Amino acid sequence: MILVQVVVGGLLLGAVYALFSSGLTLIWGMMNVVNFAHGDFVMLGMYTAVVIWTALGGGPWASVPIAAILIATLGVISYFFLVRHIMKGPMLAQILGTFGLALFLRYGALYAFGANFKSLPDDLVGHSFVLGGIRFEGSRVLAAVVGLGVTLALHLILTRTSIGSRMLAVSEDATAAQLMGIRPQRMQALAWAMAGAATGIAGALIALFLPISPTSGETLAIVAFVTVSLGGFGSVTGALVAGLLIGVVESLSAFLIGPVYKDVVVYTLFVLVLWFRPQGLMGKA
Amino acid sequence: MLKTSRAALVAGAALLALIAVGPASAQQTVKIGAVYPLSGNSASSGNYAKMAFEMGADLINNGDPELAKIFPLAKGGGLPGLKGAKIQMVVADNQGTPQAGANQTLRLITEEKVAALIGCYQSAITVTASAVAEKYGVPFLNPESVAANLTERGFKWFFRTTPVAADFAKAYSVFLKEQIAAGRKVDSIALVHENTEYGNSVSSVIADAFAKDGLKVTTKIAYAANGPDVQPQVLQLKEKNPDVVIFVSYTADAILYAKTMKELNWKPSILIADDGGFNDPAFTKAMGSVTEGLISRSVFAQGKPGSIPAMMDALYRKKTGGDGLDDVSARVLQGFFVMADAINRAGSTEPAKIRDALKATDLKPDQLVAGYDGVKFDDKGQNILASTLVTQLKNSNYVAVWPKARATDPLVLPYKGW
Repeated sequence: MILVQVVVGGLLLGAVYALFSSGLTLIWGMMNVVNFAHGDFVMLGMYTAVVIWTALGGGPWASVPIAAILIATLGVISYFFLVRHIMKGPMLAQILGTFGLALFLRYGALYAFGANFKSLPDDLVGHSFVLGGIRFEGSRVLAAVVGLGVTLALHLILTRTSIGSRMLAVSEDATAAQLMGIRPQRMQALAWAMAGAATGIAGALIALFLPISPTSGETLAIVAFVTVSLGGFGSVTGALVAGLLIGVVESLSAFLIGPVYKDVVVYTLFVLVLWFRPQGLMGKA
Repeated sequence: MLKTSRAALVAGAALLALIAVGPASAQQTVKIGAVYPLSGNSASSGNYAKMAFEMGADLINNGDPELAKIFPLAKGGGLPGLKGAKIQMVVADNQGTPQAGANQTLRLITEEKVAALIGCYQSAITVTASAVAEKYGVPFLNPESVAANLTERGFKWFFRTTPVAADFAKAYSVFLKEQIAAGRKVDSIALVHENTEYGNSVSSVIADAFAKDGLKVTTKIAYAANGPDVQPQVLQLKEKNPDVVIFVSYTADAILYAKTMKELNWKPSILIADDGGFNDPAFTKAMGSVTEGLISRSVFAQGKPGSIPAMMDALYRKKTGGDGLDDVSARVLQGFFVMADAINRAGSTEPAKIRDALKATDLKPDQLVAGYDGVKFDDKGQNILASTLVTQLKNSNYVAVWPKARATDPLVLPYKGW
């Protein structure tokens, strides 16, 4: 019974990993840019939830849509004022450019909100409930369900709509797409907006159960990078599978072997997968 | 045009700076340097420390008539032993790294010309910063770093006022044995600790002390503090179901443990949190309502109204906008007053005289903010009268419950939680 609880905990955790990784994989898939500020976008989504709760008393029903809009706007601004320009430069400029943005956002948050940990009341989405002898934490279940929904929605938009086809066309060959009458910059800005919205939603939901500080994004970003490269850069469904896998492996190894060894197990698995499938579980070779 | 005006601006600023720190004011101020984490992971604690310094300096420089009746240094008008010289705190950011801590210490000594130094919160940074002070022969007082080796280096300019891990372990051991004597079950003890220097060293000192005293540590769980999930650890505890759990944790993980224990509906009959994250105001604010009866340690207890700790606490709340003194800020404030007292008795800003005055320090419990048995240094610079109180969380506030002589509230067991 206790093992089932461990696995359920791992799955819920994994769905959250997938949720905050989808934005990162989208940006990579669309334009081959690694957004090092991704974790700090999540962090700002978390603070959005804090501000809406403390200033207006609003729960996730208010903070999730607002965070989605705010971080999407931030994504578009980052694209037009930073990313669009550094994409013309060498790879190193891209890395350092978004890394600089990460530091700017992190220390901006430190200045605006202070270094203290903040946290939201733990019953904003109801208490935990018991189902078949297994305990579920309301806020984590909500985050997991929304995580699955967002991943599915992004996947459908990319594969089943004309706007998705146009975005993919730009990522395949921007010049050819332009000749077909697609404006690459508009599509890329749209990708940053979608990634920003998904990331904002993730932040606002994670804030319900994780303590929040300006450095929260740092830890989450590492998990996101591992999830995305394990799942395959650019693959939204890959991020979902990888997230769930990492969550369950982490939980089981922490419970059975010991919490300090869980990263060893996860990264061993990570290296093995990349050894045999360098493109990740679901990435294109 | 732009260039010339910028140059003029720089020149003007430089001129202003010169006027501000001109030779006239230098004679009337004593500069004390402090090297604390104002950015990075521990910035929260560092900024609370900074406010403690500002409050302490303000008390000595400008005074507080009520407090002055029982605390002579709060009369105002600066340090009487130095003809009313004002104290100026120069607080530098150690950025959470030993390298930056050493560099900032060097800057404070060579450029700011501070008379003495206080620092640095993190043990690892206190190591490097105090080594610089030792080289330059500047007195260095450490109010809060607990790593045992700090006072084992044969330094001549280093003083430490805080109790160390062995003092805490002894307090827990005596406390738990008293609980056994009172008829409580303490057959199995679990030690859950984060796995960097702090958690590893404190938990091993506790395990050693308990083994010597015949207390059984049956489960040890080490974990990395920065993860987003602690459910596996709590499920391990739930499965083993020990009578006593002792946590050695930082803030984010402390909040997650409190939350997860409630979610998974498990609690031991005695829950001890070794200070750290569990004493952070961010923790008590967010989790106080679901951790009622949590036992911790603290050198600070408010005490009776009108006592030095109670009045200092009220002033500190005014300074911070609501947060009272806690274990860390009280130790920092105590360190500051020990240094101020020594400089006052030295009657000089000469480093050697300040060091001699520090060596002669002999403060009694009723002269202190922190709940020590006094302040008196041994040859290694360690305060031999440092001790700790055992506290318990009641209505989101820690109150002193042990030892009985200094308890303000009765001990309530078993642990209630939510």
